Amino acid sequence: MFTLPARFIGTLAAAAIGASLAMSPASAADDTIKVGILHSLSGTMAISETTLKDTMLFLIEEQNKKGGILGKKLEAVVVDPASDWPLFAEKARQLIEQDKVAAVFGCWTSSSRKSVLPVFEELNSLLFYPVQYEGEESSRNVFYTGAAPNQQAIPAVDYLAKEEGVERWVLAGTDYVYPQTTNKILKAYLNAKGVKDEDIMINYTPFGHSDWQTIVSDIKKFGSAGKKTAVVSTINGDANVPFYKELANQGIKAEDIPVVAFSVGEEELAGLDTKPLVGHLAAWNYFQSVDADVNADFIKEWHTYIKNDKRVTNDPMEATFIGFNMWVKAVEAAGTTDSGAVIDSIVGVSVPNLSGGSSTMMPNHHITKPVLIGEVQDDGQFDIVYQTPGLVVGDEWSDYLPGSKDLISDWRKPMACGNFNVASGKCGGVTN
Amino acid sequence: MQFIRLLSAIFLMLGILHHAANAQTVDDATLRPLVQALAGENFDNTTKAISDLVKTGDPRVSSLLNALGGGDLYVSKADKTVFLGKRQGSDYAATDPVTGATLAPVPRSAAEKIKVNNRLRREISAAIGGLTLMSENAGERRSAAEAILKSRDPESIPLLDRAIAAENDPSIKALMSQAKAAAVLNSGSPDDAKIAAIAEVSGGNSRDALGLLTPLEGAEGPVGDAARAAISSINSELAIWNAVQNIVYGLSLGSVLLLAAIGLAITFGVMGVINMAHGEMVMIGAYTTFVVQQIIRTTAPGIFDYSLLIALPAAFMASGAIGVLIERSVIRFLYGRPLETLLATWGISLVLQQAIRSWFGASNVQVGNPSWMAGSFDLGPLTLTWSRLWIIVFALSVFAILQLVLKKTMLGLRMRAVTQNRRMAASMGIRTPWVDALTFGLGSGIAGIAGVALSQIDNVSPNLGQGYIIDSFMVVVFGGVGNLWGTLVGAMSLGIANKFLEPFAGAVLGKILVLVLIILFIQKRPRGLFALKGRAIEA
Repeated sequence: MFTLPARFIGTLAAAAIGASLAMSPASAADDTIKVGILHSLSGTMAISETTLKDTMLFLIEEQNKKGGILGKKLEAVVVDPASDWPLFAEKARQLIEQDKVAAVFGCWTSSSRKSVLPVFEELNSLLFYPVQYEGEESSRNVFYTGAAPNQQAIPAVDYLAKEEGVERWVLAGTDYVYPQTTNKILKAYLNAKGVKDEDIMINYTPFGHSDWQTIVSDIKKFGSAGKKTAVVSTINGDANVPFYKELANQGIKAEDIPVVAFSVGEEELAGLDTKPLVGHLAAWNYFQSVDADVNADFIKEWHTYIKNDKRVTNDPMEATFIGFNMWVKAVEAAGTTDSGAVIDSIVGVSVPNLSGGSSTMMPNHHITKPVLIGEVQDDGQFDIVYQTPGLVVGDEWSDYLPGSKDLISDWRKPMACGNFNVASGKCGGVTN
Repeated sequence: MQFIRLLSAIFLMLGILHHAANAQTVDDATLRPLVQALAGENFDNTTKAISDLVKTGDPRVSSLLNALGGGDLYVSKADKTVFLGKRQGSDYAATDPVTGATLAPVPRSAAEKIKVNNRLRREISAAIGGLTLMSENAGERRSAAEAILKSRDPESIPLLDRAIAAENDPSIKALMSQAKAAAVLNSGSPDDAKIAAIAEVSGGNSRDALGLLTPLEGAEGPVGDAARAAISSINSELAIWNAVQNIVYGLSLGSVLLLAAIGLAITFGVMGVINMAHGEMVMIGAYTTFVVQQIIRTTAPGIFDYSLLIALPAAFMASGAIGVLIERSVIRFLYGRPLETLLATWGISLVLQQAIRSWFGASNVQVGNPSWMAGSFDLGPLTLTWSRLWIIVFALSVFAILQLVLKKTMLGLRMRAVTQNRRMAASMGIRTPWVDALTFGLGSGIAGIAGVALSQIDNVSPNLGQGYIIDSFMVVVFGGVGNLWGTLVGAMSLGIANKFLEPFAGAVLGKILVLVLIILFIQKRPRGLFALKGRAIEA
């Protein structure tokens, strides 16, 4: 009798994950423009996504103070897809069909984005996706305001190679699509730069991995070959804290083996004592420590809104901020919230970003951003040690992968194609 | 005497033949522009400024560089003067870096920290290493030797010779010899000196040695031969240590599994309640630790090192009380209906998670490590962390105490009686509902103290428990339901199996393999490793 339950647990657990709560059901009011917010408020991703929901509510409130858009107030419709990828698609459909939202801001993981993508294309709605991702995608209905690999990973590797003289690389990631694709691109890039295969170690761990002893000691071993070694980490959210704790405890300092992370920001460091981590790096397009007036204002207003001046700001928040303002500007330019009109009017729209410059929506539905490299400080913030001299355009199809290097995306008419093959001259030239 | 030693060291390193009176200190007017240059436009300028400062040989330089490395040097935005700052509310308490005179406080917004990156930090520690190799303080001399061991600067060889001759502490002396050997290998020294250095290096930490010797592997002649021989002997030694490492890491993982599962071994194993909210009891224990630490931080920061000891009973009480509450309000109505219990406790786990999320927020909270839990020590080439070691000790003591409670106390006796034959126990006058509630409370309370330990190595977030619930059930089912020894052996063998598989199969496949092995094992022995025998279990 007691062995049976173990079997129940699996099936029932899966069934029960489906249970979720829909928050603030939309009230019918025709004189408002509805905006969908599709971020997990429960489950494993709630830790990262809840902040973005708050950011959206904050931005909408600010916009309404300015009088809304086209003379109408904005109304937020918040749903909770509960970190459950199929549920993301269901909730997206509900937002578009039942709540009739004009645009949706949401998703964090690539799995959730891939899950909702067909829904947005089928119903011809708009999704603003604010998180760094692996690229290799361009949809007419999605606007990618987070970093593509060339806006984060590649500049970070360049920095380490040039500034720290790194010759040996550990690519460590969580076992899912973003780290795997990013590492594939990075490996091709490093090989192209003359790094041999024996100087690259690739390691994957499950979600929420908490026992890092073996891997950290492997990294140490790999690093004792007489060449300067660095770790490029695409380790996801929750697994980072035990990883950094193990690094600190085993005495690996940033001066010896620096770790550059693409998923660790101010929010993730909140649960950590960062004193032993000083000098480890992160590559983003925004840090809270950016010295710009527009950033200082944003942080101040955010603290007032959230009524807690300890709350940090981070890169996906900035990407949400940029995406929201681009949408507002595009709607105002189009004079309507109709998806087709906004898709046409948003390309070329330029709005201020929080690092003192401005970002522009490109024809491939990715945006221009500066790339910043920061080092962790003992107060949980980052010191910016490098910034690209100009803005970097998001490259959706990586130039370093054989399947995608001939592809480009341009959603302007008459091309209006997300995967145009410049070698064959045809749209739809996806080779994967 | 010490001061003169320090000075002579500086002379030697710089090869400057000044009068003692001249070199003792450069005057403030000379030093100031050099300090000012630290706030250079880019890191290259700062690097140059550091080496200029070191060349002055002034004794103030080492503390200045320390301040720079620690991020305590600021430059005011208005007149670009460099000052030593300390945060004080919305101002920096400012000191002149050259004279040490107190300056007027500078508002935080009017000053900028002089940034350092990893490369600069390395430069700084190498420079300080050169300056403090003859220091009076043993700790400073040790870190100076470590810094040179890392930088392998050939120019420090004569300085190291002097330091080795003057050193009295054998362990620091050994470290200095290592540093010298490393520098020799990095220099253009003659072959016989290098071969001697290879022998010296091979005697030290084998992992560091490997890092020093691998670049010489391809070298021609006797140096290359010596390096290759040393590398192969180090590698064969490391292979043995690897097996030791897997066992130790396996025990550590096993002890974490044991902690997570041992409470479940009571509620599920002894009582037969499928408690899906078990992970949340662990999580509540971890949050109790957080709350206890918060209180200590604000009221009595001096006793922070004891915070975990204080958190242990608190977490036991908090999780135990919630456990009793759950048992009294929900589970007791569901005895004998495993499916309903499972669903109900699953629901409770969601409620508890969301409650913690609304209360403390969705982000991780920061639980600090007391000083005795931080850091590591070396066992041969292995690095063992104190936190992991303490958790092994802690898990085993929890196990021992629990065994004592079950075997030697009245409550334990009653618990066993009720488990084995409920009706008979009731007939003997045992209030079985109370025993049920207390047993469930005990299991939950132990999950709570597991949370105190896990807060030291894992995230403290509302999801903490979810990561452990599947593993806990796996351990209990594998070890044999209803048997604490089974839980112990089950946890340890799963931990060690995992760690032996991980290097070959990777962490992901390793976990899958372990799961497959357990499924096969359960097919063969449905009652797990240590099955309870007798009629009682069939009831």
